[in-house]
Amino acid sequence: MSSQTPRDFTPESAAPTDIAPLGRTGSKPAHEMTAEEERGSVDWDVIAADADFKKLLAAKIRFILPMTIFFLVYYFTLPVLVGWFPDFMKTRVGNVNVAYLFAFSQFFMAWIVAGIYVSKAAGWDKDAAAVLAKFKK
Amino acid sequence: MNLFPLLPLAEAAPAAPVNYTALFMFVGFVAATLVITYFSARKASGSNAYFAAGRRITGWQNGLAVAGDYMSAASFLGIAGMIALSGYDGFLYSVGFLVAYLTVLLLVAEPLRNAGKYTMADVLAYRLSPRPVRAIASLSTIIVSTFYMIAQMVGAGDLVKALIGSVISYNEAVCIVGVLMIVYVVFGGMIATTWVQIVKAILLMSGSVFLSVLVMSKFHFSISEFFGSLSHITSHKGDAVITSDFLTPGMKFKNPLDFISLSLALVFGTAGLPHILIRFYTVPDAKTARASVVWAMVLIGVFYIMTTFFGFGAASLLGPDFIGKNGGGNMAAPLLAREVGGNLFFAFISAVAFATILAVVAGLTISASSSFAHDFFTNVIHHGKEQKPGEEVRVARITAFVVGAISIVLAIGLGPNANVAFLVGLAFAVAASANLPVILFSIFWKRFNTAGAVSGLAVGLISSIGLIIISPTIMTIDAATVAPAARHLIQHAPLFTLTNPGIISIPLGFLAAIIGTLCSREPSAEEKFTELTVRANTGLGSEKATAH
Repeated sequence: MSSQTPRDFTPESAAPTDIAPLGRTGSKPAHEMTAEEERGSVDWDVIAADADFKKLLAAKIRFILPMTIFFLVYYFTLPVLVGWFPDFMKTRVGNVNVAYLFAFSQFFMAWIVAGIYVSKAAGWDKDAAAVLAKFKK
Repeated sequence: MNLFPLLPLAEAAPAAPVNYTALFMFVGFVAATLVITYFSARKASGSNAYFAAGRRITGWQNGLAVAGDYMSAASFLGIAGMIALSGYDGFLYSVGFLVAYLTVLLLVAEPLRNAGKYTMADVLAYRLSPRPVRAIASLSTIIVSTFYMIAQMVGAGDLVKALIGSVISYNEAVCIVGVLMIVYVVFGGMIATTWVQIVKAILLMSGSVFLSVLVMSKFHFSISEFFGSLSHITSHKGDAVITSDFLTPGMKFKNPLDFISLSLALVFGTAGLPHILIRFYTVPDAKTARASVVWAMVLIGVFYIMTTFFGFGAASLLGPDFIGKNGGGNMAAPLLAREVGGNLFFAFISAVAFATILAVVAGLTISASSSFAHDFFTNVIHHGKEQKPGEEVRVARITAFVVGAISIVLAIGLGPNANVAFLVGLAFAVAASANLPVILFSIFWKRFNTAGAVSGLAVGLISSIGLIIISPTIMTIDAATVAPAARHLIQHAPLFTLTNPGIISIPLGFLAAIIGTLCSREPSAEEKFTELTVRANTGLGSEKATAH
């Protein structure tokens, strides 16, 4: 097709180059489709009703909801202890105190939660790809 | 309690001798960023390239850019200064800034990437009536971005004045920062902004590592000697000598509710900051967005742990009295650098601080201009259709120019030493109270509708701005000795005693969104929820990266 393609008149600047070059005929390759163009091509309700998709959603919620509650509780324990139990927080542990150690532990809590999430999410990516593969025409 | 305390520099700061090394390093960084902009400008044509860097940024690159976008001068200079002057309470900011990324990672980043295009409002408008939702979301974005930007620019002016004040005045410094950010954004779009942020993140991380290592060398690399030195730091208040344990909470905040309110604003605000959210559109897919949050969390976490060394280190090695006399909290990190690493290192850290400001203001400018062009101009005024090809990008470029010009004028109008710290606190409060509730509800709540979004955004915006105006950050009676420029805007006893409005305004934002929703029905919004859920969870139909 390239031999018949007319010269590309796309201007150098401020051009909508994310749209196919001027003058090209035929359908766009998949990676050039915008979300709007893909909109009509999918039956969302059929996918949403799929058992595997429902299972994926349930698995996500089962993980994300408790994890979110956990990190919020762990995090808000810090200002609560600092605000209302300052004497406990002042307890010395070697050259530092409970207040610093607990604040420091928050960094590791955040990294560990993120790590667990990422490993879980890698599994969900596979499940999502499997669901989409079923509906690929 | 200001969210990012860009403390006004002390009036009595001695006129700094010209630091030519710092000047050369500033110029070097600026030259490097202009080269980046030149090469980016050749690629930044077309909406996808201009607004979203062609969605071709990789995970680690975007992680660095998110970190560069997020760690503002206020968090580098401001937190170092706050820990140096108020000890442990300053470190609480450091903790909140990292934990906030769990909200981004678990709840917002991936659905946003899968369902949106260029702006935060894309996700909200997905199943709601686009024009009212986009109009008010765009207003919220522009308010958050410009306020945050003015605080950064006043900080930049102060910093440059303190370092090379005899060469460049405050006004000139503000103009230079403003013009540079306009150049980056107008010509280089998101591609240039991204690379400026990446370079800045690398500079900031390496500067902080060097500074921390040099500080620890003063303590013979002994953690216990370092922490041991913090328990008896002396300072003077008038004639009285005060010895304090800098690891003890409560040196800054007396009211426990202040801690809670601050923590709420931090942990929910980040996931509603438009300039952070739009970074997730620059990667090819949701999986890469997730990877980039993890990269950012590693960098941001390491950086904020290091605030221990340079914040507490400044308290221990310089002492609060010295910092107070030599430019105040914002100068704690550069002064510490001079103490432990000599003039060359002082110049390097100052240049890093300057780079930090430039990268953040560029991110804020592109977020404000994308939102105006994409949400307001194209979608609200022209019903989602470009009148002419390339119009959206052209409008964004003009907006970036206008936003930059307005910020320069406002920052010069406010002048050096203006008490602008509340503007950054306001940005986080608006993000947490107005933006986050509607983002979460539109992704996770089927029944959510346009009335809920509009009322949630409006109430969140108005309540956080209103509460800040009547809080001690703006409304305080100053002593007669306070310099006119540093005085609080309203000389009246504060009507709302907490300095952060989060504890009231965040629940109000959620509540308004819920009540607004329950007062009306919108079947079309509920029907489209299926589509949004499938998209958000599978990535089907999400915006693709552009090919070469």
